[in-house]
Amino acid sequence: MRAHMFVIRPPVNLWTSAWLAVWFLVAAPPVGAQANLDINTPAIIGLTSSMQQRYGQLAPLYTSGAVGLTRDGFVALRDANAIPLAQRASANALIAAENQDRAALYREIARANGHPEWEPEIRSTFAARWIDKAQAGWWYQDAGGAWKRK
Amino acid sequence: MTNRPLWLGVVASLGLLLAACVTINIYFPAAEAEKAADKIIDEVWHLKGGEAGATPQSTPAPKPN
Repeated sequence: MRAHMFVIRPPVNLWTSAWLAVWFLVAAPPVGAQANLDINTPAIIGLTSSMQQRYGQLAPLYTSGAVGLTRDGFVALRDANAIPLAQRASANALIAAENQDRAALYREIARANGHPEWEPEIRSTFAARWIDKAQAGWWYQDAGGAWKRK
Repeated sequence: MTNRPLWLGVVASLGLLLAACVTINIYFPAAEAEKAADKIIDEVWHLKGGEAGATPQSTPAPKPN
């Protein structure tokens, strides 16, 4: 083992510079580029359809303030008094079914895209978007958990 | 004094470096997730496609529906 064998001299010449330029400008960037998330699996389509159908019954509950959007991507009973007594049981069933679909949706999107560990982030992404797209007058939870009206 | 411990250390470091390279590239695509969420929410709440009762959309995106 001679000393000169351990001397590291970077061979920075024209070809190396060119290769590095190609790498950083052409080859490497696509690694960071984000491909569209797949939301076309049968399970996701089925859940979206189920939630879309349930929306017909949920919309008046959103409007009346009986049901609000939680800060973690779900729906919750906010004001039971806004629901006639006779309809409270079915409203609670609606809420439970919606939350079940939502939980399954977030899980399925993560799974379908090869990253089950993404479920919490997908859930919080949805939480923010549900609230952003909520109609004026609907209720939602702010970051601290307090109910606010849009 | 043998060079074997040094050689093993180099191989172990290379292996660790390789593993680290794989995990570094995996991060949550926030912008794409937002896009996917918007698409699904628009469908569930009938926001695009001419249903009444929706908040006015600020960007009229020409989407092939």
